[in-house]
Amino acid sequence: MSSRNDILQAIRDQAIPERPLPSVDIDAIIFDDPITQFQTVLESVGGQLIQVESHAEVTSHLTGFPPYRNAQQVCCAVAGLDNLPDGPNFVQLDAIDDPHDLKAIDYAILPGHFAVAENAAIWVTDEAVAHRAIYFLTQHLAIIVPAGEIVNNMHEAYRKLATKGGLDQHFGAFISGPSKTADIEQSLVIGAHGARSLSVFFVQSQAM
Amino acid sequence: MNHATQATAFVANDERAHWHDSALWFVRSKRDKCAHALPEWEDLRAAASEVKMHTISRLAKYLEQFEVNAKKLGVHVHWAKDGAEHNKIVHGILQKHDVKKVVKSKSMLTEECHLNPCLEKHGYEVVDTDLGERIVQLREEPPSHIVLPAIHLKKQDVSTLFEKHLGTEAGNNDPQYLTEAARGHLRDKFLGADAGITGVNFAIAETGGFVVCTNEGNADLGVSLPKLHIACMGIEKLIPRASDLSLFLRLLARSATGQPITTYSSHFHGPIAGGELHIVLVDNGRTEILGREEFRRSLNCIRCGACMNTCPVYRRSGGHSYETTVPGPIGSILAPARDANEFYSLPYACSLCGSCTDVCPVKIDLHNQLLTMRGKIAEKKILPWSKRIQMRLTSSVMKRTWLFRWAGGIARWIMPKLPRFLVYNRFNPWGKQREMPPFPKKSFRQLYADRKRNRQEDKPK
Repeated sequence: MSSRNDILQAIRDQAIPERPLPSVDIDAIIFDDPITQFQTVLESVGGQLIQVESHAEVTSHLTGFPPYRNAQQVCCAVAGLDNLPDGPNFVQLDAIDDPHDLKAIDYAILPGHFAVAENAAIWVTDEAVAHRAIYFLTQHLAIIVPAGEIVNNMHEAYRKLATKGGLDQHFGAFISGPSKTADIEQSLVIGAHGARSLSVFFVQSQAM
Repeated sequence: MNHATQATAFVANDERAHWHDSALWFVRSKRDKCAHALPEWEDLRAAASEVKMHTISRLAKYLEQFEVNAKKLGVHVHWAKDGAEHNKIVHGILQKHDVKKVVKSKSMLTEECHLNPCLEKHGYEVVDTDLGERIVQLREEPPSHIVLPAIHLKKQDVSTLFEKHLGTEAGNNDPQYLTEAARGHLRDKFLGADAGITGVNFAIAETGGFVVCTNEGNADLGVSLPKLHIACMGIEKLIPRASDLSLFLRLLARSATGQPITTYSSHFHGPIAGGELHIVLVDNGRTEILGREEFRRSLNCIRCGACMNTCPVYRRSGGHSYETTVPGPIGSILAPARDANEFYSLPYACSLCGSCTDVCPVKIDLHNQLLTMRGKIAEKKILPWSKRIQMRLTSSVMKRTWLFRWAGGIARWIMPKLPRFLVYNRFNPWGKQREMPPFPKKSFRQLYADRKRNRQEDKPK
């Protein structure tokens, strides 16, 4: 404990006059059409947006995606989305103890809470997902967001998190687009360590 | 060592030096595009700067608040006065968990503390998982930039390196192919790791949680598979409220690489199910900087690297010439603030153009601090004699109007007549890689007087 006290004492020994803490509620950008803004940014970071009426439509879109059709193993953690098209082997996340066993998952369909228009970020948590690793371990990722759950900017996003207790989960993240790197000569490569593709679905109705 | 000497090798390869310059300028231009797209950009900078200044002014209170809240979340909190203590703590945790293999995501703090060599000495396998960091780790050299660790390398260099270490095809320089090879190699490392170490971008006092930002997803993979997560942070990474993140996450990636946000901005508020989460709070010279009013603001830094991307000296001399963990303008303050004897030359590498100050998202007055730091270094009399004599000579000439005029007149008359060897020799470092500008025929004073006379003559009578 002595280092702790030494550090705190060393800080307190510097009698620094207190500076005021400003408000973060600055006049931030608002979009006429947040969905279009979200879509434009998402495409610019390598993702795609699909707007659908129902969960049933999600499944028909998935069948059209080559990464989904060619997937050997698929998992899904979206409540109500259970009539997925046949073909790939389905892995039940809840039935798995060790996240290492998810290493062969090619396609994961996971829930997102809300979207942010300014930067195409989606807030995800491990609330309904047994292993948070799957967001990053899967080869391809689809995130399902209830339509209308979109805010303009990060200020609105954190206000929303504060009122909904969004940070009570041990893990939560903003995800914007698929994994990427530009570490070799500044050439953008999609699919660094995490997902190679990201499809975001805005779903109007939660009913089937 | 000395920045100018270190930079010599870098500038000797003219083509590569120019390529480096334009690669970084490209990143700076992307940052501008992103910043200009937000009408509230300057409000964001102002608010973020004030939040940081406030936090620094009440740092002890916020550290205690953070500790209390983190413990409530089941997080183990450790305190380290310096790099050695930090390494000892990390080693101790790994020992207790019988760890053999560690994956690390980018953390400038662990670089600063030299954690890797310490753990390797104790027999651990430590793998840096950010692609750029992995590249420089395999090359056994430090990162040359805090956000773009391998910006000094070309794809051919990476290809040769991967051919040797990962068995990729000889001569295949395709970044897509090389990244794919690294993906496969590092997936095995992620799956085989017993523990994950990350840095911290922001730690939130009111919640006890922290945020880590990456584009590759390496931090998340590294701490979602093993049960043990150790997060290492400098004590200046604190922010008071979760809502402050709205400022910082909007500024960070836009300033760093011109992206609206990093791909992953992960918020950790407790350990993974059945696992352990440790946070190591590190001082390592920060409280000392805190005590120096003229440099205190440098603790605002959120490590975006924008000052490096814009710096004409950094772009043309490369990160390695600074020989510090954090190079560029901010590093030229932090390093000599800690050890003026070793890093005295860095503030003198600066051209005082002020571009860094203009782009800094947390409004650090970098060029002012660099100038102040020069004064402090001169006071300490640690400059080499050649520079000291030069400065004394210049100052004694510039203090006397008659001497300045006379010396200028002599120089304009004699310099163009001198043989090359008298102008371009070892006493004139400016003439090393460049031609001196031609000497003007008249002094500024003479030109000004001429102009005034002409104007008067032109006036209608």
